[in-house]
Amino acid sequence: MDLLVDALSQAGRLLAAFDAYVLDVIRLSVRVSGAAVLIGVLIGVPTGVALALARFPGRRLAIALLHTGFALPPVVVGLFVYMTLSRSGPLGALELLFTPTAMVLAQAILATPYVAGITLAAVQAVPPTVGMEARALGASRARALWTHVREARLGILAAIVAGFGAVISEVGAVMLVGGNVLGETRVLTTAIVLETRRGEFGTALAFGLVLLGLAFAVNLALTRVQQGRAIAGGGAAWR
Amino acid sequence: MALTAAVAARAASGADRESAIVEGDGLRRTIGGRTVVDVDRLDVQPGEVVALLGPNGAGKSTLLRMLMLLERSDAGRVRVFGRAARVGDREARARFAAMLQQPRLFTGTVRGNVQYGLRARRVEREEARRRCDAVLEELGLGGLRDADVRTLSGGEAQRVALARALVLEPALLALDEPTAGLDVLVRNSFREALERAVRGHASACLLVTHDPAEAFLLADRIHVMESGRVVQSGSADALVAEPATPFVATFTGAELLLDGLVESLDEATVTVRLEDGMRLIAARGASVQAGSRVHVAYRPEDVVLAVPPLAGATSARNRLQLRVASLTPAGGSVRVRLDGAAQLVALVTRDAVGALGLEPGSETVALIKATALRTFAAGSWRRER
Amino acid sequence: MRIAARCALLALVAACAAEPQRDRLVIGATTTIEDSGLLERLLSAYDSLPDAPRVRAVTGGTGEVLELARRGDLDLALTHDPAAESLFVAQGHAASNRPLMRSDFLIAGPAADPAAVAGTDDAVAALAAVAEARAAWVTRGDESGTHRREMALWRDVARSGTARARAAADSVLAGTPPTWYVTAGLGMADALRFASEREAYILSESATFATLQPRPGLAALVRGGPRLANPYAVTVVAGSSREDAAARLADWLVSDSGRSRIAGFGDGRLFRAPDRAAAPAGAAAPSRAAD
Repeated sequence: MDLLVDALSQAGRLLAAFDAYVLDVIRLSVRVSGAAVLIGVLIGVPTGVALALARFPGRRLAIALLHTGFALPPVVVGLFVYMTLSRSGPLGALELLFTPTAMVLAQAILATPYVAGITLAAVQAVPPTVGMEARALGASRARALWTHVREARLGILAAIVAGFGAVISEVGAVMLVGGNVLGETRVLTTAIVLETRRGEFGTALAFGLVLLGLAFAVNLALTRVQQGRAIAGGGAAWR
Repeated sequence: MALTAAVAARAASGADRESAIVEGDGLRRTIGGRTVVDVDRLDVQPGEVVALLGPNGAGKSTLLRMLMLLERSDAGRVRVFGRAARVGDREARARFAAMLQQPRLFTGTVRGNVQYGLRARRVEREEARRRCDAVLEELGLGGLRDADVRTLSGGEAQRVALARALVLEPALLALDEPTAGLDVLVRNSFREALERAVRGHASACLLVTHDPAEAFLLADRIHVMESGRVVQSGSADALVAEPATPFVATFTGAELLLDGLVESLDEATVTVRLEDGMRLIAARGASVQAGSRVHVAYRPEDVVLAVPPLAGATSARNRLQLRVASLTPAGGSVRVRLDGAAQLVALVTRDAVGALGLEPGSETVALIKATALRTFAAGSWRRER
Repeated sequence: MRIAARCALLALVAACAAEPQRDRLVIGATTTIEDSGLLERLLSAYDSLPDAPRVRAVTGGTGEVLELARRGDLDLALTHDPAAESLFVAQGHAASNRPLMRSDFLIAGPAADPAAVAGTDDAVAALAAVAEARAAWVTRGDESGTHRREMALWRDVARSGTARARAAADSVLAGTPPTWYVTAGLGMADALRFASEREAYILSESATFATLQPRPGLAALVRGGPRLANPYAVTVVAGSSREDAAARLADWLVSDSGRSRIAGFGDGRLFRAPDRAAAPAGAAAPSRAAD
């Protein structure tokens, strides 16, 4: 219990002081995970939509592979990216190892299956008649498709939330490909590991609380958008 | 027939008179060996209301979607205003609007839904809003403009779906089971709303329904469909008077058929001798000849019951002394099964049951006018009980 | 059928709960002992002895290990930071603290050796040369034994060496290091790989360096000398319910049997017997000055 109290007061102090180190770490966490989720959305949402609506040979296999991506261990992804970007690896010449770019890459690989898989489920859950309804009113194929996907927008938002959750709290990949370098590639999770190793449990927990607070804040914002849409225009409820 | 008049009025004012709005030729579709649609020819002319009537699975909705260029057929061709058109031809479909079965409103507001088609046609925002509000007002949904669709009742949602289609001022408005799932009161008010609204907005209407009463009420021409094929086309009167098959007869509400032989006939009536010996004087149907076998169809509502002894004359040419076999409540009425010289079913009010002292075993007299008995030549097909 | 299932579940839970805790030791070891592979070797050897209790080992930096011991989560600690160990003993947390083995630190660096430190055994001079050349340097920055030794070396550089070297050392110690000085918060093995990728110099524990796979693209440039000696000690934590079992393990480790295993590890030169001058310490440990 004293550990928790200690951690809470530490967290308060760290933040109140706008400790530059802490702020740097937070900023980098948001940038890296944010960029990773963005890539995940750019690749994952169209992929999910395509898998939901298109029919092609091997579709079932592709979907099964996608769902397997949910279980990708971050450390394994980190190792894979590490070996690719290492000087002794195929892309070593790019000199991307131990940079935030490498971290974004690894986390994007982790986030994309989540975004794609949940988008797939959301789009599939939309009644298939929606597209025909749209066309019955004169919509082009493209617009009807857009309308169908739009009906799934709450689910797609959930996909983004899931993707973000998956990467903001992972440590295996960013540790391996980032190197936890002070001022360059240290994020909340790797900072926690370091502080723990130093025996500074209070500080480590403080970072943990900051991480949770950050995740909560982002989820809260996304959820408000999601639920807000859900009740927008819910006027005349009187009958 | 108010709907027809409304549609015709509009058509007359418009310029869609040269050709049929939509025609289908040789449309066929099979799925897994089962014939879903097999129709040689079907069209919708400006100013008319055409109904596709049949039980579930008859292929009516599929046929409607084919005519609306929403679904492909395996064979055949659809022409729109005389020009051949394929699925996906937006230009051809530009004058169509449809309200499909169990319509799903898009998430969002009522207004957003109603404006959907207008936006798809790139109608300018202000005008779209104006037209949308006008239609909503007409259908009595004015106060729900900004309501979220999930807060609507079934009847309201159905009206919004209708508004969605009407606002597009289509040359052809297609409605697939527009009152399915609505309770009786709502259904009636919906039909009224339909008539009012179509007056100003559509030139022709293609209606799909499994309810003969609805088809009779709203449509000029009715195509009765069974297992993907059109088994008979005609006006409501024609279908009732001259059902081409037993299926059509029973489906359009002629409850029961009796078999008999034509003993004698004159210009308007025939005397039919039933299998059990009873004689009935019935209206003479087309192609009924002396000595031929005929089906006799009647509607239970047309059987009038009276308590013996019967004094005075009535215009009913048929007077049958029968015994009550059973009484079955049916909504506000009672179905009375009669036995004896013939087996008949009559439909009477509850009050009548009391007034006439009807109970199983009691004697009663059934009166049926000749005109209420319709005959049609029995072909080689078997009668279905 | 349901009753049988419930009974089975209860039995399972009871079995888990009733598992004898007394026979399981929890020991803490610094990452260098694990990364080199020695820890696993010792534990499996100990485990093969009759009546040996089960041992669970956790690893972390020296700071972490001692903190865990302080909280009573460890029964025994293997660390290599004399200063921290003295403090631990002085605070009364140790039942015993005895020297276990020695290895060395070394300074590894790129084969190209821009700071030209190869061959010397003077660690302080080498560090000064690196600072002078502004060559890339990697530190672990995690309060591990290795890191603390590195800081001690920088303190020496701040007292001697060229002006530039002294300034650099000061800035490192102040926490605002120059740009060629990179802090990678990693364990020893990971830090070596990092330095290898960056072609940087790094202070490393010798056994980890020797056994690291894949072989890092670094050469051992500076070794030997008193400032690079790395003494390990085994500390039995006071007040633990398993103190006896911990003491027995500690005894085995410092015994000939344990020592021979240590000495025979790897190519036999990685870990050596402790300095004869250091005497085993009892509960009241003599102060052991920072090396």
